[in-house]
Amino acid sequence: MFFENSTRTKISFTLAEKRLGADSINFSASTSSVKKGETLKDTVQNIASMQIDGAIIRHSHPGAALKLTEYIDGSVINAGDGSHEHPTQAILDMVTLKEKFGKIKNLKIGIIGDILNSRVARSNIFGLKKLGAEIVVCGPSTLLPNDATRLGINVTHNVDEVLNWCDAVIVLRIQLERMHLGRIPSQREYHRSFGLTYKRVDKLKKDITIMHPGPMNRGIEIDSTIADSENAVILDQVLNGVASRMSILYLLLGDKSERL
Amino acid sequence: MITKKQPKKILLKSGRIIDPFSKKTFVGDILIENGNIASIRKTIPSRDKDTLKIDCKGLVVTHGFCDIHVHFREPGREDKENLESGSIAALAGGFTQVCTMPNTNPSIDSAEHIYYICGKSSHLPIDIFPIGAVSKGQEGKELTEMILMKENGAIAFSDDGIPIQNAQFMALALQYAKMIDLPIINHAEDIYLRNEGVMNAGPNSDNLGLKGNPNLAESVMIYRDLALASSLNARLHIPHVSTKESVELIKLFKSKNKLISSEVSPHHLYFCDDDIVGFDTNLKVGPPIRSKSDRKKLIDGIKSGTIDCIATDHAPHTIEDKETTFNDAEFGMIGLESCLGVVNKILVKENGMSLKSLIEKLTVNPRKVMNINTDLFAIGEKAQITVFNPNEKWTFSGDDIYSKSSNSPFIGHELVGKIKYVFSKNSFSSL
Repeated sequence: MFFENSTRTKISFTLAEKRLGADSINFSASTSSVKKGETLKDTVQNIASMQIDGAIIRHSHPGAALKLTEYIDGSVINAGDGSHEHPTQAILDMVTLKEKFGKIKNLKIGIIGDILNSRVARSNIFGLKKLGAEIVVCGPSTLLPNDATRLGINVTHNVDEVLNWCDAVIVLRIQLERMHLGRIPSQREYHRSFGLTYKRVDKLKKDITIMHPGPMNRGIEIDSTIADSENAVILDQVLNGVASRMSILYLLLGDKSERL
Repeated sequence: MITKKQPKKILLKSGRIIDPFSKKTFVGDILIENGNIASIRKTIPSRDKDTLKIDCKGLVVTHGFCDIHVHFREPGREDKENLESGSIAALAGGFTQVCTMPNTNPSIDSAEHIYYICGKSSHLPIDIFPIGAVSKGQEGKELTEMILMKENGAIAFSDDGIPIQNAQFMALALQYAKMIDLPIINHAEDIYLRNEGVMNAGPNSDNLGLKGNPNLAESVMIYRDLALASSLNARLHIPHVSTKESVELIKLFKSKNKLISSEVSPHHLYFCDDDIVGFDTNLKVGPPIRSKSDRKKLIDGIKSGTIDCIATDHAPHTIEDKETTFNDAEFGMIGLESCLGVVNKILVKENGMSLKSLIEKLTVNPRKVMNINTDLFAIGEKAQITVFNPNEKWTFSGDDIYSKSSNSPFIGHELVGKIKYVFSKNSFSSL
């Protein structure tokens, strides 16, 4: 149930369902009775009453997925709830890192961008910390939580410092509307100060793995040459997304008699 | 709860009488005759068969409580509450007098509106004192007719719900209300610093991805109001104080200025923002439930007298308004019925405040803020008496709610202290 726009996550879940042979329905808020003023509760209860086993929800409000568990007997999978969490993205990111490095423990991960409003950052911080990775977040002071160190992570405003330190970097999409809210002055300054530019990456003494959850603003938070470079695993992330979501669906909804 | 008309004579036997006005405490009897206090003594003999005798052994007998901050939603949202249902909820909480906030639809911003509220509530079993709006339509631009509103029964002025953002307008309001000796009550929040926050800004809002409302949004505004009121020597009452910084500021200014008063709500004393982890929309209030350290400072503040009184900010909302995501839910919770059990548990049982002191914060202190008579146990006074058991433990449930709305996060919580009888305006309620 997508109450918010999505390309990757929606297609990824749809494919995962198909490949597992699940019988699925798609729901988009923009073409539904939500437009007619139907409440979240009613929408969800109507769909739930058609005997579904589980629901995947994307919503712009934090806590929306949790709220749904009150209305649905089956499993609820959070496909992103506002700026709260995006757990399946974090899982696919961790699968990608595991594939690349063989382990996650003691890996050095940099996360660059709008940490304050990012559900991807939040879920990755919780997940990666749990698996023993070290994390440094980097971004303009107006887009970082006031007290990020309490999450057991370090904070810097110096991108070069993070890039020199890390094994892999997760670059986050910078939402252009942040500019109008007075959080950042311009795209130009953001690109210069926090962007993953060719110049910056080229002068590093070692190779680092480059990740991005998409959609990218090429030329703003990441240069095209970097996004398309050999060290970028951005499309591997997308591929792993389908596999990760298949296993999540299988573990939550799969017939127990089929279990290996 | 059963509410009836009082019989001619009622004798309250052997209660622990606590009179917060004279500061006397003793075990004794109170005789109510024709709705008025007829006698208060150690023992009042009665062989009269027509006298209703009520055994108050083990119970506290004190002034009816006064809540200077409630929302009864009339006119406009009578589906949430009206003057009558609000009155019954107040009685269930031991309150015999309340002050209603003017942010209704339309708002109470003229003499005619005040007249309407007073007229519609005259027959109700409690006293309702309307607070008028500071500005027409609560728009923060033009002053209301405060003099005419006072003549019709306005007891104070507030644009509650909407902070007065313009400092010059706030200064003018304080000056104008000073002429008629009524307080201004400003919902102290800087709306820009509040930044659409739906909960306290801090580690919990970071974790939940909810927009945070920082302590500073309140404290900078409280500083502004305290500075203005002090320089103008005008009466200022600060509602629902929620942050530690605000308590410090109030303490500082109060030492120099006797015209400043403040209140705290039971929910800010009871909860902290750790409790919001489950996105319970009943905990969405304005100002937000703050951190543990703020809560502790509020408890210190009410104990030391920096904060004068307890006011519930009773804010009823429909199920639809709360049965949604945290972002979409309305701000506010009901609080009248649960008030005593909450504040008695937190302040008296857990934080060592004396029961006498707690009673002051619910009776004489709020009445002083609003210049309402505080000598309720004088012979001949209309009886406003609340009788409660200070030690009874009970679990607050939907059945204890008399408001039209049931948006309370206290449901399921064990409270200590239970209202038993309330006498108000010739009515007699037993719970």
